[in-house]
Amino acid sequence: MVADMEHLVSAKNATIQFGGLRAVDGVDMHIDKGEIVALIGPNGAGKTTFFNLLTGIYTPTEGEILFNGQSVSGVKPHVIAERGISRTFQNIRLFASMTALENVMIGRHVRTHSGAFGATFRTPKFKREEAQIQADAEKWLAFCGLSEYANEVSSSLPYGVQRRLEIARALATDPKLICLDEPAAGMNPIESAHLNALIFKVRDAGITVLLIEHDMKVVMNLADRIYVLDFGKLIAKGTPAEIQSNPAVIEAYLGKGSETMAKENLEQKATENHNHNGDSTAEESGENA
Amino acid sequence: MASNIKNALLSDKAKPWLIALAIVAIVAAPILFQGFGQMFMVRILAVCGLYIILALGLNIVVGYAGLLDFGRIAFYAVGAYVAMWVGLPITKMLGPSLGGLSYFIALVAGAIVAAFVGFLLALPVLRLRGDYLAIVTLGFGEIVRICLNNNIFGVTNGAAGLPAAGSSLPEPFGLNWLKMNAYFTVGNNFEFSFNANVYWYFIIAVLMILAIIVVSRQDNSRLGRAWSAFREDEVAASAMGIDIYKTKVYAMVLGAVWGGVAGVTFGYFQAFVSPESFTFLESTLVLAIVVIGGMGSIPGVLVGALVIQGVPEFIRGFASSGTLDAMGVHLSAEAISNISNYRMLILGALMVIMMAVRPQGIIPSKRVARELRPATIEDAEIENQEMWDVEHHEDAPSLRRGL
Repeated sequence: MVADMEHLVSAKNATIQFGGLRAVDGVDMHIDKGEIVALIGPNGAGKTTFFNLLTGIYTPTEGEILFNGQSVSGVKPHVIAERGISRTFQNIRLFASMTALENVMIGRHVRTHSGAFGATFRTPKFKREEAQIQADAEKWLAFCGLSEYANEVSSSLPYGVQRRLEIARALATDPKLICLDEPAAGMNPIESAHLNALIFKVRDAGITVLLIEHDMKVVMNLADRIYVLDFGKLIAKGTPAEIQSNPAVIEAYLGKGSETMAKENLEQKATENHNHNGDSTAEESGENA
Repeated sequence: MASNIKNALLSDKAKPWLIALAIVAIVAAPILFQGFGQMFMVRILAVCGLYIILALGLNIVVGYAGLLDFGRIAFYAVGAYVAMWVGLPITKMLGPSLGGLSYFIALVAGAIVAAFVGFLLALPVLRLRGDYLAIVTLGFGEIVRICLNNNIFGVTNGAAGLPAAGSSLPEPFGLNWLKMNAYFTVGNNFEFSFNANVYWYFIIAVLMILAIIVVSRQDNSRLGRAWSAFREDEVAASAMGIDIYKTKVYAMVLGAVWGGVAGVTFGYFQAFVSPESFTFLESTLVLAIVVIGGMGSIPGVLVGALVIQGVPEFIRGFASSGTLDAMGVHLSAEAISNISNYRMLILGALMVIMMAVRPQGIIPSKRVARELRPATIEDAEIENQEMWDVEHHEDAPSLRRGL
C-alpha cells in the first residue's frame, strides 16, 4: 500500500474482456505526480478503453487500477471525477447548446454544493457560490486562452478551439490527473504548437497529464515517458528516445519486415523534433540507428 | 430585420415591460370577461392556469432533464385526492366559518405527498432510459388511476369520487365577503360580481406566478446546468462529476411538487374529484403543452397551455355559451356537441403540423433550439468528415495496421 501511494496512478494487470476480446489485457503501468505520460499504439490498441477503465466508465474484469492508493474498480465516473481524475474525449463531447463559459461552469459542478433549496430561495450562500463558479470558469477560460470565446455557443466554435475548451472544462474540476484523448487530432501545426504550450502550462500548474496521441511530433515533444499498447497488451515503455528505437513498436505500427522503412520515418520525425526544440536524446537515437 | 425586432423584444430592457403587461392582462382578463357576462371564459382561463402549473412541473422533467414522462397526471391525481383526505377532516375541525382555510393546509400537504410519491417512483424508474422510462411512467399513470377507481384501501370511494355523498368541501375562505363587497357596474353593459370561479382564478394565477419564479430559478442554477448537461450528454456530464442519478431524482421530485399543487387546487376548485379526471389523455395533453410550447421554455409552456387547453375549451364554451344565439346564429345541440368533439381532431392535426414544421416548439428555449436546429447536424457531419480527412491523411500509412 505504501509503495502504491508513491505513484499517482498504478495499474496492475488491468484487464477488460468484451466477450472473446480482451480490449485491455494485463496492463501494468504507473504514473507519478507531475509527469506527462503518453499512451500510444495503433488504432484499436485499447488506449481509449484504458481511459475508460481509469475514469470509471468500464470496470476491469481482472486486475485493478489504483489512484492515489485507492482502487477505481466499480467506482462511478462522477466519484472518480471528485477524487481528481478529469478527462477529454476523442470525439469532442462538449455540451453543444451551451456557451463556452457555461461548459466550463459545468466543470465546477463537482467542487460546489448548492442545491434546490439555495436555487429556489436565492440564499446569500447560493449567490456567493454562483459568482465564484463564474469567476473560476472565467479563470480557466483565460488559462486556456479562450476568454474571447466565453459567450459563444460551443458548437459554433472552430475545431481547435473546441478541443482546448474541453481541456478548460476538464481543468475546471480541479483535477490531480487530466487524461487527454487525442487532443491534437485534426489540429493544424499552429494550433498543435499552441496545444503543446498549453499542456506544459497544465503540468507546470501541478497537474499530472496522461495523453493519448497519434501525432508523434506532439508525443515526442511532450512526454516524459511513453507506454505503447498493441492488441490491448503493453508492448513497450520508456522515454521517447527508447520508444523510437524499439523494434516491437515499429512492428506494431507498420507490420513485420518494415523496420527499415519505419526507422527512417521515425528518424525523420526525430530530426524534425530536434530542429524544433534541440532535443539531444532524439539526435542520439537517430545516430545510433 | 425580423430577428432584430425579435431580439429587441426579448432583450433585458423590454423584459420588465413585458412582465408588467402580462400581469395587467392576468388581472384584467377575469374582470373584463366577468363584467361582460362571459363567465365561462374565467373558468377556462383558470383551468389553463392549472395546466400551466402542471406543465411547468413537467417542463423540469422533460424540458430540462430530458426524461420522457407519460404519467404526469398521476401527481395531479395524488394532489387532488390529498386535498379531499386532508381538506375534509380539517374543515370539520375548523368549523364552518374558518373551514375555507383548510385549502392552504391541504396545499402544503399535497405538495409534500406528491414530492414523496415522485421520489418513490424515481428510485427504481430512473435507472431506465428513453423509451423504457416513457413506458414505465405511462404504466404508473394508469396504475394510479385504476387504484383510485378500484377504491384502493377503501379510501377513494371508487368511481363515485370524493367527497362522498353527505359531506362537502367548504366555500373558499373570504368568498362571501368578496361577493358582497367586490361588486361594481360600469354603464349598462358591464357588471362585475365576484364568484367562486373568479376567486379560484386569482388563487391559480398567484400559484402560477410562484411556479414560474421557482422553476426559472431552479433552471438558472448549478442544478439546472447539471440537468442541461446530462440531457445533452450523460457520459460527458458524469465525467465532469455530475451524479446523474441523484440529479434526475431531484428533477422528478421538484417536478412532482407542482403536480401536487395543481392537483389540490383542482380538487378545491371542482369541489369534487373522481378518477375520470385523470386519464391517459390528460397526461398526453400536459406533455403536448410542453413539447408544442417549446421544451425547456417557460413562455413556451404559457403559450402551449393557452393553445392546447384553452383553444379547444374556448371553442366548446363559445359554442354552448349562448353568445352565438345572441348574435343570431342558432346551433342545434347536436352541432354544439360535434364542435366539441372535433376540437380533439383539430388539436391532433395541429400537433402533427407543429412537429413537422417547428419541432423546437412555438417559443423554444435558446438551448433546445440550438440542439434541434437541423443545420447544425449537417454542419457537424461535414466537420466530422473534414476531421476524418485531416486525421487520416498525413499519418495514414504509418497508423494503419498491416500496410
